[in-house]
Amino acid sequence: MFYFIYKRLIQSVFVMLAVAFLAFSLFRFVGDPITQMTGVETSVVDQERLREELGLNDPFISQFGRFTVDMLQGDFGYSFRTRQPVAEMIASRIPATLELGVVALLISLVVGIPAGVYTALRPRGVITQTILMTTLIGISIPTFVIGIMLIFLFGVQLGWLPTFGRGETVNIGFWESSFFSIDGWRALILPAVTLGVYQLTLTMRLVRAQMMDVMRSDYIRFATARGVPMRQLYFRHALANTMVPVITIIGLQFGGVIAFSIVTESVFQWPGMGLLFLESIRFVDIPVMGVYLVVIAFFFVVVNLLVDLLYVAIDPRLRV
Amino acid sequence: MKEFIKRSEGLWLFTRSPAVMVAAVIAILIFIGAAFAPWIASVNPYDLGSFSLMDGLLPPIWQEGGISQFMLGTDDQGRDMISSILYGARLSLLIGLSAMAIATVLGVGLGLAAGFYGGRFDAIIMRIADIQLALPAILTALLIDGIARGILPPEVQQDLRVVVLTLAIALSLWVNFARTARASTFVEMNKEYVQAAIIMGQGPIRIMFIHILPNILGPLLVIMTVDLASAILLEATLSFLGIGLAADSPSLGTLIRIGMQFMLSGEWWILWIPTLFLVALVVSINTLGDFMRDVFNPGLR
Repeated sequence: MFYFIYKRLIQSVFVMLAVAFLAFSLFRFVGDPITQMTGVETSVVDQERLREELGLNDPFISQFGRFTVDMLQGDFGYSFRTRQPVAEMIASRIPATLELGVVALLISLVVGIPAGVYTALRPRGVITQTILMTTLIGISIPTFVIGIMLIFLFGVQLGWLPTFGRGETVNIGFWESSFFSIDGWRALILPAVTLGVYQLTLTMRLVRAQMMDVMRSDYIRFATARGVPMRQLYFRHALANTMVPVITIIGLQFGGVIAFSIVTESVFQWPGMGLLFLESIRFVDIPVMGVYLVVIAFFFVVVNLLVDLLYVAIDPRLRV
Repeated sequence: MKEFIKRSEGLWLFTRSPAVMVAAVIAILIFIGAAFAPWIASVNPYDLGSFSLMDGLLPPIWQEGGISQFMLGTDDQGRDMISSILYGARLSLLIGLSAMAIATVLGVGLGLAAGFYGGRFDAIIMRIADIQLALPAILTALLIDGIARGILPPEVQQDLRVVVLTLAIALSLWVNFARTARASTFVEMNKEYVQAAIIMGQGPIRIMFIHILPNILGPLLVIMTVDLASAILLEATLSFLGIGLAADSPSLGTLIRIGMQFMLSGEWWILWIPTLFLVALVVSINTLGDFMRDVFNPGLR
């Protein structure tokens, strides 16, 4: 087991290095950093001197090495657009995106898993058919349209919920949270639902497929024949065995949540990392784009490591 | 005719499912409308002289104030909504179809080769595919678009928007094709006809494209349909985010973005008609994709 975790750790380090390399190549080769940093009136001689001072004439490998060491020390460079340190810009946006993502993921799981189990156990029921039809439409409606529809219905027509921004936030150290005020929660509802709906349909379909698979297996038939009560059969024998793939999707969905939060944040003007990334694309702010990638990759890697550890906790066979 | 339908399983299933038939009709109508937009539409939304501000913000015909010249109303510039939507769908479908075609050629080519040659080539292609699969398509497309903005000189940016957008979408969708083509090729490689062709000394290109490709076409067709829907959605999303096409050549996503400004002011049609149109298009293509999956994988029925 330790070997397993050790192997995964080594893999994660390589993934992070690969992403750092990508971010570095972006920074180094997409546009010339010197022209971005200097104005029109800077002379060619000065530009060359700056180039030499910044070490842009050094061999590629040593530049990449310096870049990686700087990153490990938390030095992510400066934004081309705002001239602020990128680390600060991104750090101030992380809480908003993470809170949105976590709530969306919770919605997806809390609704998706029971719905998946139900539709698997009653495959021919009217409710099941309705749910399945709805999810097919749900998958086809783009995230931003769902957002617009929710804004229109609950924000404009009914006027129940705010349609943009985070509402009132409370500072806990560096973490700006909207979990501690009613206003914050109200602002969170619409974006979180928008972000969660697509993931919800995925969760539901996967749990349903897994559950149907398990219900067909020999040990379930045997348990039925043995007279195990239905409730125990469904939830102890069957559901427990669908948990491993379900945890896998949590890991995978995390990526989806982060990526689609770009869209959701844009629709609701939610001040998170996604909105920052969009702005940085629009202004070709390469340092911010690169660091966004590295931060996202870091979250991916951490979540996937946690998922692997959860496997070990859930599936006794892996503990050997 | 009846005999023919009965003999073909796909057609028989088709006649039995009304939802799929409706989807097919909607999709075909939209395709025709988009393809012949310049002949069907009453005005050319790209030509500023063909519409007038005087006709601005007219509601659809069934609402008070609507006139029969503009069945679905007009936007703030006085553009006929039907014409805008037809031209928008034309652009969306053009980008969607080309992106899908590029993704197919690239993905199937690489997948076939990976399955055929195996070994190190296969390992490299599949590692790249794995990495890309971990990133959602929208993120990849945004990134490629951002890189293009950085690399291309500013004076050609506007002219190349459609190309950049198409490539960004294509490069974020090829993975599905590559993985499916590779997996099916592995299965085919062990079959006698392929072995025979190898022993007969036929060239690898010939074996891959003349012998193997026709036998793995089924699952690829399903992915083509589903990915066409994804491509259209991606384009709409990128345009909606303001990363895709500019407002002077509106695709469906751009129209929706423009329509957002009118959400609060009561001109609902400028927002909701293009939205409804986009959703109808994507839902029908997805329904067709699901249907094709059922036809090609009898095990799932």
